[in-house]
Amino acid sequence: MGTGSFLWNFTKKFITFGVITVTVSDRYVTIVPVRGGSMSPTLNPKTSSSFGKISDDYVLVEKFCLEKYKFSRGDVVVFRGIIQKRNCSPMNHKETHIKRIVALPEEWFGAHRNYDVLKIPEGHCWVQGDNAASSMDSNSFGPIPLGLVRGRVTHVVWPPQRIGAVKKTSPEGFSS
Amino acid sequence: MRLLSNLGQWRSVAKEVVDRTMIAVKFLCFLHVTNNYVCTATHVYGPSMLPTLNLTGDVLIAERVSPRLGKLGPGDLVLVRSPVNPNRIVTKRIVGREGDRVTYYDPRHGDIAQTAVVPKGHVWIQGDNIYVSCDSRHFGPVPYGLIEGKVFFRAWPPDGFGRLGY
Repeated sequence: MGTGSFLWNFTKKFITFGVITVTVSDRYVTIVPVRGGSMSPTLNPKTSSSFGKISDDYVLVEKFCLEKYKFSRGDVVVFRGIIQKRNCSPMNHKETHIKRIVALPEEWFGAHRNYDVLKIPEGHCWVQGDNAASSMDSNSFGPIPLGLVRGRVTHVVWPPQRIGAVKKTSPEGFSS
Repeated sequence: MRLLSNLGQWRSVAKEVVDRTMIAVKFLCFLHVTNNYVCTATHVYGPSMLPTLNLTGDVLIAERVSPRLGKLGPGDLVLVRSPVNPNRIVTKRIVGREGDRVTYYDPRHGDIAQTAVVPKGHVWIQGDNIYVSCDSRHFGPVPYGLIEGKVFFRAWPPDGFGRLGY
């Protein structure tokens, strides 16, 4: 009887804690790891394939911007993937990417790779990685709908020596 | 002495307040999780789904599980975050999945039927009322990640109460 009620209490506490955590991370703030070097040097400045996991940055993502879907140029955002890479699980639409918004809806934007000037469609944005050399971004899949954005990256929270705010402009500075 | 008893009183009041707040917070959190991971109710209106849904407004119940598992196919009614305006959610029917060849006809842009192939990770959505619906014929295939839920039940109006779809 004693163990039963103890287990029941434990389960109850556990579930409550889980539910509250999920709610807070869905609605307010969450912490996600950054994979890959596509945003270096802003995030993951030194990623080498040998010990990539150890030097991964963890970033704070705020979700308040999702209420109105208002973003400004230079925001680093987390968004759901739209492309399915080869050799990946079919659950790929749940995978998230982190990139920087460089053009907002209905702006004219000159793509750096092919020197085309194109108009971003209504409700879409152009995202790019800061490390243009190894980044899978709008240069390969085009503008993405703002509805896919899941939050805005504000701070690096781990590792300790890199704690600090994420700047709104990329280090090289995009001329737009 | 009096101060001490007052303090005790305040402490019990504070404890009561904290307990009540915790109950409210827990309730709201459970509501959020149910609404986001199990099923949600929405009020939809407009002419784009006309023979299926009413013009004046229906209350629909949509489940969140099958979009997450990727179990959506042609013919399902879905809630989609509009690619044109991310603040709006539209109700449409899935016509084609990735890799499918979709032949569509847009009365507003001539009489010729056109064909498109749905790219990977996307779906083709269309309204049932092809004359006034703004859908994939207008903005192209939409990424799978924009699908918010699969509609399976109509709760209002009373004469339409029951399962939707087939």
